[in-house]
Amino acid sequence: MRELAVIGQLGLSEIAISRGGRRLFGGVSLTLQAGEACALTGPNGVGKTSLLRAVAGLVALEAGEIGFGGTDPAQARAEGLHFQGYQDGLKPARTAREELAFWSRWSGADAAWAQAAAETLALEPLLDLEIRRLSAGQRRRLALARLLAAPRPLWVLDEPLSPLDAAWRARFGEIMRRHLDGGGLILAAVHDPLPVASRTLELAS
Amino acid sequence: MLHREATEGAFGRRGPPLSRLSALVARETALAWGRGGGPLVSVGFYAGVATLMPLAIGPEAQRLAAVAAGVAWVALALASLLSLDRLFERDYEDGALDLLALSPVPLELTCAAKCLGQWLAAGAPLALAAPVAALALGARVELAPLIFACALAGGLAFAFVGGIGAALSLGARRGGLLTAVIVLPLFVPPVIFGGGALDALAAGLPWRAGFALLGAYAAAAVALGPLAMAAACRNALS
Repeated sequence: MRELAVIGQLGLSEIAISRGGRRLFGGVSLTLQAGEACALTGPNGVGKTSLLRAVAGLVALEAGEIGFGGTDPAQARAEGLHFQGYQDGLKPARTAREELAFWSRWSGADAAWAQAAAETLALEPLLDLEIRRLSAGQRRRLALARLLAAPRPLWVLDEPLSPLDAAWRARFGEIMRRHLDGGGLILAAVHDPLPVASRTLELAS
Repeated sequence: MLHREATEGAFGRRGPPLSRLSALVARETALAWGRGGGPLVSVGFYAGVATLMPLAIGPEAQRLAAVAAGVAWVALALASLLSLDRLFERDYEDGALDLLALSPVPLELTCAAKCLGQWLAAGAPLALAAPVAALALGARVELAPLIFACALAGGLAFAFVGGIGAALSLGARRGGLLTAVIVLPLFVPPVIFGGGALDALAAGLPWRAGFALLGAYAAAAVALGPLAMAAACRNALS
């Protein structure tokens, strides 16, 4: 058994990203300690999603470096990071139960933890429905259940709250606060303020 | 109940990689089973092609019997193209491929599991249909086991080679057409090897060489295909 993927710090130093030959931004730096959240803001198209994908290792940097507090970046990304894109990655023809079971197992959680996550997010009445019958907010809750089922320190979230209603935004704020209290880190692209105390990184082109 | 990890600090829990892979194969098989109508459409298309042949070639039993095994074999290659185009495309479009790539499981193994699911859900039903179609066209009964074996091994090659085409055409407009154009030339060797083996058996000649080459091609596709697929997927995601 290898050592657990611990991420005590997320450090972006002077990073720059280009997409399709066009430079989105450059010289962006950020240091996020365990227990801290950062809201990533900026106008549409400025590169918030690209920055998040770069942190997850899906997009290459043009310049700069991303560090995970001394943990090997490949291991940190594979085992210490939860990525939630603006899409949920759920298949319309499958049931919520099948999708929750698969993504929990894929993230390394066992059935009991998936069950607990479903209870926390009040998903139980929905589990036997096909994904196509769920609303956008319900799908997002199902996708976020993965984050609770398989605990990982760093959450990289792209507009996590946008499809959620006011009550669920507040409850997910509570979930985020607990994650931070347990030594987690959150980097989230948002247009509205995060429902937890957070720093702000504003991107400008 | 809420957030045990917050109190226990149990970050980084993980299941064994095999559990993830078996979950993935089960998911892929289920998805392939439902993709584009699933195996029924592939088998139906296959039966359709096999039925068209006598109409085009003519109904003389002798002439049909001579080409039956070959026709069954070529129709199989075409039918296995049908459900390929959505193999990676759907996961790419809905963001699931991001999550599949972000895992301790190497992306190469993930791609291999996807192709294995494709083979189980689409290739295996076609392999069952192949001897039936050949017999209906008038092939001799003793050819049936070899047709089945060729269809199984060939289906494996078609799934893994087809996966390369499906991954390469990610993000392209009309990706399905592009997949077919990329993949069809790569289908040539297994079609030749399998067809050669069937011809040889029908003529009472040694057939093992052709079948061994088909098996070798399938093995190479299984071994090397995932490397190409993973590289193509990383490129599409970045």
